[in-house]
Amino acid sequence: MLRVVQPGVYASIQDLGRFYYKEYGVPVAGAMDLYSAKLANLMLGNDKNDAVLEVTLNGTFQFTRETTICISGADLNAILNHETLLCNHPVKVEKDSIVKFSNPEYGLRAYIAVHGGFLNKPVLGSRSLFKEITKKYRLQKDDEIFYEPFLIEENHSYASVKVNKSHFENTSIEVYKAPEYEWLDEVQKKILETEEFTISKNSNRMGYRLEERLENNLKTILTSSVLPGTVQLTPSGELIVLMRDCGVTGGYPRVLQLTEEAINRLAQKTMMNRFHFKLVDLQ
Amino acid sequence: MERYNLSYKPFGKRAILIEWPAKIDENILNDILNFKISILNSYTKEKVEVISAYNSLTINYYTTIENIYSEFSALKALYQQQNTQKKLKSKLWKIPVCYDEKFGIDLEEISQEKELSKSEIIRLHSNPKYTVFFIGFLPGFLYLGGLPKALHFPRKMNPRISVEKGAVGIGGSQTGVYPQQSSGGWNIIGNSPISFFDRKNPEPCFAKPGDKIQFVPIDIKMHSEIVDLSSYKRYKLESEVLNA
Repeated sequence: MLRVVQPGVYASIQDLGRFYYKEYGVPVAGAMDLYSAKLANLMLGNDKNDAVLEVTLNGTFQFTRETTICISGADLNAILNHETLLCNHPVKVEKDSIVKFSNPEYGLRAYIAVHGGFLNKPVLGSRSLFKEITKKYRLQKDDEIFYEPFLIEENHSYASVKVNKSHFENTSIEVYKAPEYEWLDEVQKKILETEEFTISKNSNRMGYRLEERLENNLKTILTSSVLPGTVQLTPSGELIVLMRDCGVTGGYPRVLQLTEEAINRLAQKTMMNRFHFKLVDLQ
Repeated sequence: MERYNLSYKPFGKRAILIEWPAKIDENILNDILNFKISILNSYTKEKVEVISAYNSLTINYYTTIENIYSEFSALKALYQQQNTQKKLKSKLWKIPVCYDEKFGIDLEEISQEKELSKSEIIRLHSNPKYTVFFIGFLPGFLYLGGLPKALHFPRKMNPRISVEKGAVGIGGSQTGVYPQQSSGGWNIIGNSPISFFDRKNPEPCFAKPGDKIQFVPIDIKMHSEIVDLSSYKRYKLESEVLNA
């Protein structure tokens, strides 16, 4: 079992997301930074869709059975019992080990993969926690998540990879033109491409709201599909970057669409962080 | 049946948005649903997921689209090949709603503003056969068309932090049922004791786009009986097949 000693700011179990049920209004969810979640699984030889633990900023967790884990994503100064844990290195953990995360060196969200993945019950084809779909939508103190214990061979050696620092430090967020981009005038387009934007404190797994306003007189659209990474522009000028837990439909004009890599990169940024949009061609 | 001039737009590298004229219209809905079936018949479920809304289809691909312009051409050809614009089979669902003051917390305000008696509001609301256009906002939230003009009423300036599961609301020209407890800005006129979303069912929502919904007024005693029956999955929702 994984036992939650302290969930920290926000901890949940995530896989690649819940597909095939969007037409019933079910959001995709899934790991905010899919790049790092997949990397943690890859290092252990897991399937890329195996469920991982997503930790935000801090938290303390106990592994009640022996296994091998790998931490990827943000460097949250992870400590295994009393030893420092490196990112992207598989590590054997003994029964009843404690892994503690505190204040980040870089990034916001860390991913902990366990050999064979976490085995909470899948609902509608996914283990990603989500409100009203799974019993819980975030982990709380004393929650327990099952995994199969795993005894490693004595001389087994895993590969490890160097951390890709630009994933955390680069402030360029690549975007495509979204369906209502052409509704913007030249001044508005220029502002989007040249100004810096700041992530506001009203940001979570559903969406990041930005501090800066973009004045506009755009009308709303007939409710239509939105995707993780869609940037909506509200009548009050607020820009909302939808993230993994976003709903399946929305009524605000969709002005930009983040690339997959840009969603993962933004997922590692936090409130007050600044970035700029970089428009790229689709082809 | 009318053919429409559709627009095809890229929506990131893994989705294509197809748009019909920006209207809430049943002929458009029928055309959208026919096209959706053609697309699903020519692609495998592992390749795409197709989402419909009032005037659009979004095709979500599970991998990056190699060449978006050749994909556009293939879709346009597929739309042209559709020679039969048949009216699709659908169902009419009878949804019990209790309009008692215990649930209908905004009935009084609407009644005063609109100068309509509460019983007249209930009669007007439970009379039409509403059309299900699509499901969105929350799992199991049905976007319905067909609210009588007399009942159009603006959303609340300040949305409530919490609206109960099953709450039946009016927001502008729309009406609908909150499938779960949520924040919300619609005016609440009643409550339905049934579940609109069952996470344990591989088809988690009974209604589909194109179906019809009619609200059937029930009293508060019946409401609590149906809540009890539903919790044991022993309540059978009434329905009839249309255009069979």
